[in-house]
Amino acid sequence: MPKRLAKTDVVIVGMGAAGGVAALPLTNAGLKVIGLEAGGWLSPRDFAPDELRNGSRNWPQSVQKAASEAPTVRATSSDTAIQGGHPMMNAVGGTTMHYWAQSWRLNPWDFKVASETKQRYGESRIPEDSTVEDWPFGYEELEPYYDKIEYTVGISGQAGNVQGKKNTAGNIFEGKRQREYPMKPLRSSPFTDLMGGAAQSLGWNPFQGPAAITTELFDGRPPCQYHGFCNKGGCHVKAKSSTAFTVIPKAVDTGNLDVVTFARVTQIITDDSGRVTGVDYIKGSETFFQPADVVLLASYAYENVRLLQLSKSRVFPNGLANNSGQVGQHYMTHHQGAPVTALFDRDLHNWYGLPAQGVAIDEWADDNFDHGDLDFIGGANLWVHTDRKPMSAAKMSTFGETRNWGSDWKAFIMKNADRTNSSYIQKTTLPYEGNYLDLDPVVKDPLGFPVTRITARYRDNEKRIAAFSQEKMEQWYLEAGAIKIVKYGLGNSMGATTHAYGGTRMGLNSETNVVDEWGFSHEVPNLGVLGASVMGSSGSRNPTLTVQALSWRTAEHLVNNWRSIVG
Amino acid sequence: MKKKNLNNGQNNSKSDLLEERPTNHSRRNLLKGAGLVGAAAVSAIATSHVIAADSASTNSNSKRIAPREALEALTAEEAETLAAICDCLIPSDEHGPGAREARAVHYIDKSLASHNNGSRHNYSVGLNAINEFARKTRGKSFPELPLDQQNSILLAVQTNKISGFIPNGSGFFNMLRSHTIDGTFCDPYYGGNQEFVGWDMLRYPGIRLGASEADVSAGASLLPNHQSAYDHSTYTKLADNSLLDTEGGDGYA
Repeated sequence: MPKRLAKTDVVIVGMGAAGGVAALPLTNAGLKVIGLEAGGWLSPRDFAPDELRNGSRNWPQSVQKAASEAPTVRATSSDTAIQGGHPMMNAVGGTTMHYWAQSWRLNPWDFKVASETKQRYGESRIPEDSTVEDWPFGYEELEPYYDKIEYTVGISGQAGNVQGKKNTAGNIFEGKRQREYPMKPLRSSPFTDLMGGAAQSLGWNPFQGPAAITTELFDGRPPCQYHGFCNKGGCHVKAKSSTAFTVIPKAVDTGNLDVVTFARVTQIITDDSGRVTGVDYIKGSETFFQPADVVLLASYAYENVRLLQLSKSRVFPNGLANNSGQVGQHYMTHHQGAPVTALFDRDLHNWYGLPAQGVAIDEWADDNFDHGDLDFIGGANLWVHTDRKPMSAAKMSTFGETRNWGSDWKAFIMKNADRTNSSYIQKTTLPYEGNYLDLDPVVKDPLGFPVTRITARYRDNEKRIAAFSQEKMEQWYLEAGAIKIVKYGLGNSMGATTHAYGGTRMGLNSETNVVDEWGFSHEVPNLGVLGASVMGSSGSRNPTLTVQALSWRTAEHLVNNWRSIVG
Repeated sequence: MKKKNLNNGQNNSKSDLLEERPTNHSRRNLLKGAGLVGAAAVSAIATSHVIAADSASTNSNSKRIAPREALEALTAEEAETLAAICDCLIPSDEHGPGAREARAVHYIDKSLASHNNGSRHNYSVGLNAINEFARKTRGKSFPELPLDQQNSILLAVQTNKISGFIPNGSGFFNMLRSHTIDGTFCDPYYGGNQEFVGWDMLRYPGIRLGASEADVSAGASLLPNHQSAYDHSTYTKLADNSLLDTEGGDGYA
C-alpha cells in the first residue's frame, strides 16, 4: 500500500515549462501546491561549455525517467514500432533548462485554421483526413497571457505590431500586442546582418525572433554572454529564462510550493464518482499517495497521454478522462525536418552565438501569403542562426566537393568549417485520422508499465510545405551569396521530438476533445492538463510560450473558480 | 601570443612527450579575456565575479609529464590498427597535424570504456575484419600496408564492398569516422585534441565564457585562447561554492 501523505490543495505533475508557470499564480493566491518532479535541481555550475558532454554524451538527457520510457515509433498501424530516444529532460525547469528558448506567440491564423481556410479557399482545401478544428478561442483571448509570460518569465524581442501599429523591425505578421517586449532583442551578428540584408533585397521582412533569454539586467539576472553552448546546455549565467530560475523560485518564496524531486508519478487515482483524489508516486524505493483537491497534469505530451492511459479505474476503464476515446488522438509532431544547408565563400563568424540569435522570415508562414494557386494550406517560418561548435563543424556536409575523409577532406574543412550554415524551417503540421498515441502492447519501462507508442506520418500537406519552403530557403541563401546548397529529404514518419502536440486536445466539443476551453477535463472536473498536448494546431513556430500562456490561464481559472471546481 | 603554429606537432614523437612544454596560456591573453567578460557583464555583479575569478585561475597545467597510460578498452593490436585507420581519416600532412597528434586513438579507447561502451564489440569485430581482409588479399596486417593500399581498403569498407561488420561496412565506417572526429576536435579533457591541434585546424578561437561583438567580428583572427571547459573552476568537482550566486534555484540544489 502506498504511504498516504497529508492532503494538499493542488498537486502538479511535472515542474517544467508548463507546471513551473502554473505554480506561480496558484501559490500567489495562497493555494498550497505540491510539485512532483522526476528530476532534480540543477545550477549554472552544471552547464559546462562542453560540446562532447552536452551533445555526444547527451548529458542533459542522461540518467533520467524519460529515457527509460522512450516512446516506440511507427509510421502506420501495419508497421512494427521501434523504440527510439527521448528528447526531453527531467529536472526542475524541465527542458527549459537546455532548450533554444525561442519564445513565439502563435499567429492569429493558427487558432482558426479550419474556419479561415474554409472562408478564404473553401472547405475542400482542408485535407480530407485531417481532424483539425478551430481552437475554442482566438488569439485575442490568449494575448494578455502571452504578455504576462513575456514580462514575468523574461522574453526579449522586437515587437512588430503594437496595438495595430506595424514596425518592420519586428514581425509585421504577428497578432496585435498590447505593448513592446520587456527587453530588446538579442543582438545581430555579421552573419545575421548578411542574411537580413539578403532578405531585404528579396523584398522580404527579416527580423530577430523572440527568446526567453535576457539581453539586459532583468529581475536580478544578467544579460546573455553569447558564448554558445545554449543547445543541450543550460545557461552558465542564468540568462536563459528557464522556469527553474524564474517562476519556480518565486513560487517557492511564497511558502506555498513544495517541490518534491525524483518523484515518479505512476497513476492518477479516481474515486467512484469519477473525481480525481490525488496521485501515486515512487520516490526512492517507497510508494506514496499524495491526496489533492485538484490534479494538474503538466508532464510532456507523451507522458501526459501515457499517464491518463495508464490510470484505469472502474469509472474510466479505458484510461482517465478517456470515455470519449479521445486521449491520444489528434497527435502531431511539428515538421521541423527537411532543412537546407548552404556553403559560402567567406567565413561567417559563427563560432559564438546561440540558436536563438538569428533572423526570421514569416512571409511564407501560416496564411501570410495567398494559397489560391497552391496545393497546400499553412506554411513555414524560415530561421537561420549563429552558433557553431568544432566537432559538429568538422562533420559538415562536403557539398559533393570531396570524399568525407583523407587529405582533401581535411583541407576542405580547414577552409570551410566557418563557411557553412543550416536553416531551421518550422512547418504547419495538421492532425489526421491515423496519427495517434497509445500504449505499446510489447515494450515496457523498468517498472513494468507499457511505454507510449507513436503511430504517425507526415501527409501530403506537410511534404508540400517542406518542398515549397526549401525553395524559398534556397532563394534566400543564394541571394546572400551562397555558392552551394544541399536540400534534405522531406520527411515521413514522425519520431519523438521536442515539439509534440495533441493527445489531450482542447475544445468545446467533448466528443472530439479531452479538455474544455479552460484546460480542464470534460469528464473529470478537478483534473487539468497543461502543455502542448492540449494544442489543436501546431503553428509554424516553437510552442513553449503558447504552452506557458495557456498554463497561466488554466491556473488563473482554477484560482477564480476554486469553489465550483473543487465542488 | 603568436597564433599556434599548425605544424609544430607534426613530428611529434615519444621523446617530445617527455619534454616539458611551455604553457599555452599567456598572462596577457588571460587578462584580456577576463576584461572583456567583465565589461559585458558589468551589470551582473555576482556573475561577472564568478567569471573573472574563473579566468584568473585557469592557468594550471604549466608542466606536462609523460603519462603512463593503460589501454582501457582496446587490445594492443586493435589500437595499432585503429591508429593506422585514424591516420588515413585525418592524416598528418603538409596542411598540418591530424588525428595522430590529436591522439584520437587515446580518446576512442577511453570512450569505449565510458560513453561509447555500447560500441566496444563492434570495434572488435570490425577491426578484426579489416585485418583479416588485409592479410587475405595483401598478405599483411592493415598497419603494415602502404598508405595507398590502406586507403583503398577503407574505401571498400565505406562502400560496403567488404563483409564482416556490424551493422555493415558503411555503418562501421561512419562510426569510426564520427569517433575519430570527436577525438580530434573534442575538449582536450577527454584525451583527444591534444595541444588543441584540432581546434587550431578549424581556426576555432576557443571556449570563452562570453563573446563580445568585437570577438565575433574578429572571427578567425581572434587569438585562440587554448582553454578547456574545465580550466574554468566553476565547472569542476571542487569548485569553491562561496563564489556562486545563491539566489534563484541554487539554494535548493
